[in-house]
Amino acid sequence: MQPTSSKKTPLTFDTIAAGQGLAAALKKSRADIIGEVSASNLKGRGGAGFPTGTKWNLAAAAQVHEGGAKYVVCNADEGEPGTFKDRVLLLDYADLVFEGMTIAARAIGATRGILYLRGEYVYMRPHLEAVLARRRKDGQLGADILGTAGFTFDIEVRMGAGAYVCGEETALIESLEGHRGEPRNRPPFPVNTGFLGQPTVVNNVETLAAVSAILARGAAWFKAMGTERSAGFKLFSVSGDCAEPGVYEFPLGITIAEMLEKVGGTGAKAVQIGGASGTCVPAAAFGRRIAFEDVATGGSIIVFGQGRDMLHVAKNFMEFFVEESCGQCTPCRAGNAKLLEGVEMLERGACSSAYLQELLALCETMQLASKCGLGQSSPNAFVSIMTHFQDEILGRTVAAH
Amino acid sequence: MLVSQQQKLQDEIQALVGRHGRTRAALMPVLQELQERHASVSDFAMQVVADELGIHPAEVYGVVSFYAFLHHQPRGRFQIRLCQTISCDLGGKARVARQLENELGIRFGETTPDGRFSLEWASCLGMCDQGPALLVNDRVYTRVSPEQVHRILDDCRKVFGAHAAQSAHAAHA
Repeated sequence: MQPTSSKKTPLTFDTIAAGQGLAAALKKSRADIIGEVSASNLKGRGGAGFPTGTKWNLAAAAQVHEGGAKYVVCNADEGEPGTFKDRVLLLDYADLVFEGMTIAARAIGATRGILYLRGEYVYMRPHLEAVLARRRKDGQLGADILGTAGFTFDIEVRMGAGAYVCGEETALIESLEGHRGEPRNRPPFPVNTGFLGQPTVVNNVETLAAVSAILARGAAWFKAMGTERSAGFKLFSVSGDCAEPGVYEFPLGITIAEMLEKVGGTGAKAVQIGGASGTCVPAAAFGRRIAFEDVATGGSIIVFGQGRDMLHVAKNFMEFFVEESCGQCTPCRAGNAKLLEGVEMLERGACSSAYLQELLALCETMQLASKCGLGQSSPNAFVSIMTHFQDEILGRTVAAH
Repeated sequence: MLVSQQQKLQDEIQALVGRHGRTRAALMPVLQELQERHASVSDFAMQVVADELGIHPAEVYGVVSFYAFLHHQPRGRFQIRLCQTISCDLGGKARVARQLENELGIRFGETTPDGRFSLEWASCLGMCDQGPALLVNDRVYTRVSPEQVHRILDDCRKVFGAHAAQSAHAAHA
């Protein structure tokens, strides 16, 4: 079948007229734009939750090297398993995303923007190029944007090529520079030393769309939603065993149980929050809140019904990380392979408790010693599944499969 | 490869480099266009790209071998990528996979002898609410069931037939 719309609830983005945020931003000084974003408490929507205003402040203060330029990069390498909200944003709200990039450019003094689109989304490219062409024609991109003398900014679309790790911002930059997508050491951070060594802001698609909304409606409006430490609304990509999978908007701070009710997933056995790199929450903990201060997520929610074999789930995640590890650092390259091997031993019923404990110790090493977020978070699902579902995992007989 | 074919490819790469720029940052777009046109980036193409951008061919090979969507071995005209990640797995990707193998007579990672189809696994395609999902080149199919596999392949064969007829017509004209 052909894809159908994923939108399940009206989105706040529907109420934001395109152009409003940029018009408001152009009336402000650069410092005031960043001030507004900082005051909104917007945190990065890709999952890491870094305060957007702080990132912009650092990039605004950074010096350009040797006749180069500052860059704004939109991270549209949406690869986290179970995440597809950026697909909806790019197809239905591309103007808000490009507008957010333009506002970021104004704020930090960038002249070039790049949207890094994952290879799997290549079918969106003609649409995105058409939106960019229209924006150029309407004076929203190019020289002296909307009559603002000296404000020059344009955006190009660059394609990824099927590497999950390129969602990590320094790997993404490596890829843009024509290298293997191997993450860099941080520091230095991209805000100082990013694309081609120049100050670069890398923001998630949803973060940039939210920036347009914040400039249009004001920081106070945004901050009134969500919790004290997790301001605003958030898009969620819901899939798995529920009646109505799709993209939902909820305020941050919603409990897992409340969410399950809305998506038709009550009675679930467990929910994976944050994709393969997130954690698996068992039914007993469905009272927990989805927010940066409790269970954080870039928006991926995968529901597991009562009949699901959690070891099978763990195996799927470990196969994913073995495939997607860039191989650069040992804890991630060898660790994930070891964990997958452990899952296979458990499948055969050939793993002692002592060895499982050793694997969990290895998980800690990977979390501490891996170079980038991929390796650091890759054992999360394994740890949470082994912790919460040990009774169904140990002592299997081969006949059970 | 014939000398004339080599020359043609070289001209093509020079034109691509002319368009994308003679810089290392142009490497990915150049390789992606070559991949799209030729379904792989050959050893010869990698050497020419390296010469044009002034980098070592091993660097180019390093990049081609890193990314799942770039190949240095020839692939089929239609690259079928079935999502193997969790939501499509829960949605029943295993049976779709089996049926793809049955219909094509090849296993995952292989190309049909007529060069039409390659079969590969993909990591999450971002269609998790509508799985199992697969990509045929840049076209997405969602909620694929085993009995739909035959029709998807037939769609491809029709396109292939149309192109074959077109090029035969062009050759005749």
